[in-house]
Amino acid sequence: MSNASMRITLTVWRQASADAGGGFETYDVPGVSPDMSFLEMLDVVNERLMHDGKEPIAFDHDCREGICGACGFMINGQAHGPERATATCQLHMRKFRDGDHLTIEPWRAAGFPLVKDLIVDRTAFDRIIESGGYVSVGTGGAPDGNLIPIPKPVADAAMDAAACIGCGACVAACPNGAAQLFTSAKMQHLNLLPQGQAERWDRTVNMVESMETYFGSCTNHRECEAACPKSISIDFIALMNKDYAKAQLKQRRLIGQTFP
Amino acid sequence: MATTATPPTKPVKTPPVTPARPIRKLVPNGPPILRFYRSSVGKKWVMAVTGLMLMGFVVFHLIGNLKLYLSKEEINLYGEALRDMPGHLLPRTVLLWTLRSGLFVAFVLHLHSAYSLTMINRKARPQQYQSRRDYVAADFASRTMRWTGIIVLLYLVFHLMDLTWGTANSEWVRGDPYNNLVYSLQRPVVALAYAVANIALAFHLYHGAWSMFQSMGINNPRINKLRRSFATAFAGLILVGNLSFPILIQLHVVDLQCPHTEPTTAPCKA
Repeated sequence: MSNASMRITLTVWRQASADAGGGFETYDVPGVSPDMSFLEMLDVVNERLMHDGKEPIAFDHDCREGICGACGFMINGQAHGPERATATCQLHMRKFRDGDHLTIEPWRAAGFPLVKDLIVDRTAFDRIIESGGYVSVGTGGAPDGNLIPIPKPVADAAMDAAACIGCGACVAACPNGAAQLFTSAKMQHLNLLPQGQAERWDRTVNMVESMETYFGSCTNHRECEAACPKSISIDFIALMNKDYAKAQLKQRRLIGQTFP
Repeated sequence: MATTATPPTKPVKTPPVTPARPIRKLVPNGPPILRFYRSSVGKKWVMAVTGLMLMGFVVFHLIGNLKLYLSKEEINLYGEALRDMPGHLLPRTVLLWTLRSGLFVAFVLHLHSAYSLTMINRKARPQQYQSRRDYVAADFASRTMRWTGIIVLLYLVFHLMDLTWGTANSEWVRGDPYNNLVYSLQRPVVALAYAVANIALAFHLYHGAWSMFQSMGINNPRINKLRRSFATAFAGLILVGNLSFPILIQLHVVDLQCPHTEPTTAPCKA
């Protein structure tokens, strides 16, 4: 790859804690390699800040290979930045141009209270999972593989939903601060499969209602789908809406576990 | 490039973590339909179903109005037929008022769900983004639903005063929709307002007629592409049909006509 070095201007939201006032600070960042990931660029900025005895920029990260869902913030008004289907850690500086001005800001939602700088608390997502994002199984001997036949398109659809890494970009990108894409993905990868049927209708009602405790409502802007680093489709939101009406209006929860 | 890191001189203080506070509480009691409506998913269902009913009204309203182009007698008889339907099966105007009541309830529910969803969404993001948002997928129509809805609502109030009650139309004559409509849209300001409201309605329908499928869970790879085409075609046809009235009346292609046919006995203004 090229050895050309880039110079960018970085405007970052700095806030010491949830209670403290926050604001943007601008840094001149010379010597950025186009091969750096966005987070590696921030590492360099932080090294320089610490060298000058200043507080480094706090940001969440873990695997840095786009599969854990820890990282993420708004880059120039887009969740995870301008590249589609890419988490912030997998976004490389070669996607930007020398001399670009980048503004980064934490996710903003009532369900994601700010912890520090670019870090938000995503415990509300755990509350949604706790309310139904699981299957109860007997832990006997290991069953044979493929014992339960599942049609290929169904298995594929469930897998597409299960790709959700829970980063929160859908909430961040949504003009309404809604968590429909996350909740529907975490619900439908179970609702689609035979193993998820036993708790299907309880799961649907409980997950929707715990989601609504913290987040806004879906008005079908499709911003979540565009921001999702795993390209999860809003089709799952439609499936969730269908299941919720069945669970509540048809009283599936009370009349038994009939298949749809 | 300085790469030798100097450890921070002061220990990094971990800020206190306060978990998200609920923005609202869903009370799990009451009849199922109420519990359903309390959730935003349920409100979107109500929005979609009532929206579909209102779309049905818009279509029949346009079809009825197109009789303007057949003749004065045709549209006036159509107005009379609305009051008289379904013939001798029911007393006069009973079915009309039943349909009107249904429409009114649908309209109120459509407005109420829109209002309460807006309030929920405001609470869901108490602090707005401080830098400029760059929307990728949300289009003009989807982001202006509230405004296009309010424009249509305000116009609707005037529209009823103008052509149903006659309070905003000095030449209004009961039972003569042809001349009432033509006189109304001959006023340039009214024609302009009519055009603005219908453009707003078309944007509203462009998003709404697609969005309702999503809200009602009507989603299948076989039909998903058709949903967008349907909404575009629906909004387009309503726009073209409705805009033809003020344009053709302003151009005097359609003009006031005399003499009045029965049952009107009012003096002729043409």
